[in-house]
Amino acid sequence: MQVKNKIAKLTKSKGYSSFTAALLAIFIGLIIGYIIMLIASPANSLSGIAMVLVGGASRLGDVFYFATPILMTGLAVGFAFKMGMFNIGASGQYTMGMFFALYAGFMWDLPAGIHWIVCVLAGMIGGLLWGLIPGILKAILNVNEVITSIMFNYIGMYLVDMLIQGNATMYISSKTRTDYLPSTAQITSLGVQNSNVNLSIFIAVAFAIILFIVLNKTTFGYELKATGFNKNASTYAGMNGKRNIILTMAIAGAMAGLGGAFAILAPSTIPGSSMTYEPINVIAANGFNGIAVALLANSNPLGIIFSSIFVSYIQRGGTLASLFGYKPEIIDIVIAVIIYFSAFALFMKTVVAEVLKRRKTEKASTGINSDQPLSATEKEDV
Amino acid sequence: MEDYIIEMLNITKEFPGIVANDNITLRLKKGEIHALLGENGAGKSTLMSVLFGLYQPEKGEIKKNGKAVKIHNPNDANDLGIGMVHQHFKLVEIFTVLENIILGVEPSKMGFLQKKQAREKILELSEQYGLKVDPDETIENISVGMQQRVEILKMLYRENEILIFDEPTAVLTPQEIEELMEIMRGFAKEGKSILFISHKLNEIMAVADRCTVLRKGKCIGTVEIKDTTKEELSKMMVGRDVSFSVNKKAHQLGKVVLSVRNMTVPSKLSKKNAVKNVSFDVRAGEIVCIAGIDGNGQSEFVSALTGLEKLSGGKISLCGKDISKASIRTRSKAGMSHIPEDRHKYGLVLDYTLEQNLVLQRYWQPEFQLHGFIKNREVRSYAEKLIQGYDVRSGEGPVTNVRSMSGGNQQKAIIARENDKNHELLVAVQPTRGLDIGAIEYIHKQLVAGRDAGKAILLVSFELDEVMDVSDRILVMYEGEIVGELEPKSVSVQELGLYMSGAKRDKAKEIENAG
Repeated sequence: MQVKNKIAKLTKSKGYSSFTAALLAIFIGLIIGYIIMLIASPANSLSGIAMVLVGGASRLGDVFYFATPILMTGLAVGFAFKMGMFNIGASGQYTMGMFFALYAGFMWDLPAGIHWIVCVLAGMIGGLLWGLIPGILKAILNVNEVITSIMFNYIGMYLVDMLIQGNATMYISSKTRTDYLPSTAQITSLGVQNSNVNLSIFIAVAFAIILFIVLNKTTFGYELKATGFNKNASTYAGMNGKRNIILTMAIAGAMAGLGGAFAILAPSTIPGSSMTYEPINVIAANGFNGIAVALLANSNPLGIIFSSIFVSYIQRGGTLASLFGYKPEIIDIVIAVIIYFSAFALFMKTVVAEVLKRRKTEKASTGINSDQPLSATEKEDV
Repeated sequence: MEDYIIEMLNITKEFPGIVANDNITLRLKKGEIHALLGENGAGKSTLMSVLFGLYQPEKGEIKKNGKAVKIHNPNDANDLGIGMVHQHFKLVEIFTVLENIILGVEPSKMGFLQKKQAREKILELSEQYGLKVDPDETIENISVGMQQRVEILKMLYRENEILIFDEPTAVLTPQEIEELMEIMRGFAKEGKSILFISHKLNEIMAVADRCTVLRKGKCIGTVEIKDTTKEELSKMMVGRDVSFSVNKKAHQLGKVVLSVRNMTVPSKLSKKNAVKNVSFDVRAGEIVCIAGIDGNGQSEFVSALTGLEKLSGGKISLCGKDISKASIRTRSKAGMSHIPEDRHKYGLVLDYTLEQNLVLQRYWQPEFQLHGFIKNREVRSYAEKLIQGYDVRSGEGPVTNVRSMSGGNQQKAIIARENDKNHELLVAVQPTRGLDIGAIEYIHKQLVAGRDAGKAILLVSFELDEVMDVSDRILVMYEGEIVGELEPKSVSVQELGLYMSGAKRDKAKEIENAG
């Protein structure tokens, strides 16, 4: 009986409804993805969609490796969103974090076991700075954070590309890429064959849990969410809005910066090599994927853990679907559709619930309620 | 069978945890003014929302002219000639009066707006019914009274014949209320049918033909106004006898708690100052009321006093401490409590639970947090204490989403929070706005109890009855100045009205202001 009650309570909770909404959105997204595959190449569509669905399972290591940075950028977007701010600058913060991590990795000679930790912290600080500035501009001069953070995406990206190309230790111009990082700067691998997956996935999950606790258990989280829900009421209650804006953007930036660090400090599968960065003046896609991840999880940090893994999973599947001649971009379409429907699905869910409820009450009262025939006869009278 | 234009038969509407309308039947005759009376949360607004198509009832049916109709949305209602003025106006702030009136039924030719003919029609209607508006002024720049006239014109423009007024007088001055009553009578004479939602018995007695009373979602009955009395109606509404006057002991004056000297606040709308050179004291154990017609600088005054806005001149002291430039939190710590005028905009975080809202002013105190972590157990037990002590009713207790609560209970939650704050001064701005008799009586009692407990209370009110009944001293504000200091015992309502309209002012005050 108690278990039943608990289940009933769970199904009525807010988290459950966003979860079912997300599932519904994913389902519709995949169906539309399948339809597109069907149009593009009917013969291969079944094996193609099957690859999208199960392909990730054969590359679980990579699923977690690629989930790590978007988990972090997802947190960067979701956390700021809880305060009512749209941090579209996760890409720039991510890139800055990556650069700081690279710099610490190449330029500082530190003992193994400490070096990579310092690199991670440097990445965090890089992202933090890049989130802090739009935060300060917003708090003090009331400049819209969407605009500044978009601009900071570009400033960050060009700045980083310039700095890297100008640094002979980091950059190998013949390869147009950064050099391999010293092994001390690389994060410990988890030893999965053919995969870059490393310790950072656990650190990322830990940060998600920490942010969840901050949001739900602390006075800072209480203030932050209150401000997001009703800015006037938070002012009225004497909350320090300016400080909170700056703090929130700094934390968000730090999360994205960690994402950049985690992505670049990963060990490569080939011994002696590492991940490299190619400065080709492109905004980091992981920042924008963070927006998708956050939206899908309704900005809930715990939800973001799962949504990032899911997005990474179908991205792996999508890459493998190219074996059947499909472009991996098909997955971007699927993700886009999922985002559309995850907003829509919340609405759908209430409609479905309403219809079900009405059907129930109507069934219960069919004997007494002769609604339909009555109105029909009245129409005849007129 | 009588000629009913609208019949709502056996309407039942449920919300999670509450039956808002339980088998309610309401019949509206053509050409009558039918009042719908009930306390907050009695289900009046829900019933009207059902009629207007905003909610779908679980059971029951609606008939127009004896013929069953289905109203799925406000457009259906509009097609049936049903129009509604909501308690909280549904206007686009940055649009002009004209644009708001035609919104949704814009006259157009090949996709181009035909504003000219719309303007003519609006001016004609405005002339015909004495609804004075300026079609080209934007909504954010006009008074609440005029906004309401815009809402009424919206219904007339759509040629509605069934007009629903949801608590229309809550925001109006006495003169505007009188005007509105006259307009409503005019509508009825023309054969339009009016549903008038209110809990103000005087107005119902003055204007309505019949009255249907709701209590806790149930229909108590429908009575002819000419066969009933105010006392009988209030008993039907509340379920017990209600006292209309406030019982007060003689007050014991204590030390000066609030001292305001030469306070000046700039206006946001114009270059003039909204509050000019205002000086007064409030002592412990008294209720000082700032009376006046809405828009005479009261809201600017309160904003500056509570720290929401800056003052451009003067000094505010609370318990001897200069707080002229202090932050809101510092003022709060110094002993200021504030019941804001707009409970949705300032007073509550509607998407937070009741318990989260009850600690909105105290969550940072050591009682409720340790090293930045909120002590959930303490918050819960504190919330339960306040909910019980102040009889705040809600569907799910401390974890109720405040948005789902009725207006009266939302206000009770704010009062509970602000009254239980170890404060010295309570600034209460329109604390009974939009509330029913039961709640008003309760809130007045709380204010007087606070006074008797030695708190200083500054009440800002536009309601004459409230000003006369509750206060120990009245300060009248007119165009940003205090033009009179009056004793409620020795002044008549008429004289107070003269001060409020600027026709009369204290000589002494004038000298003080000049100096």
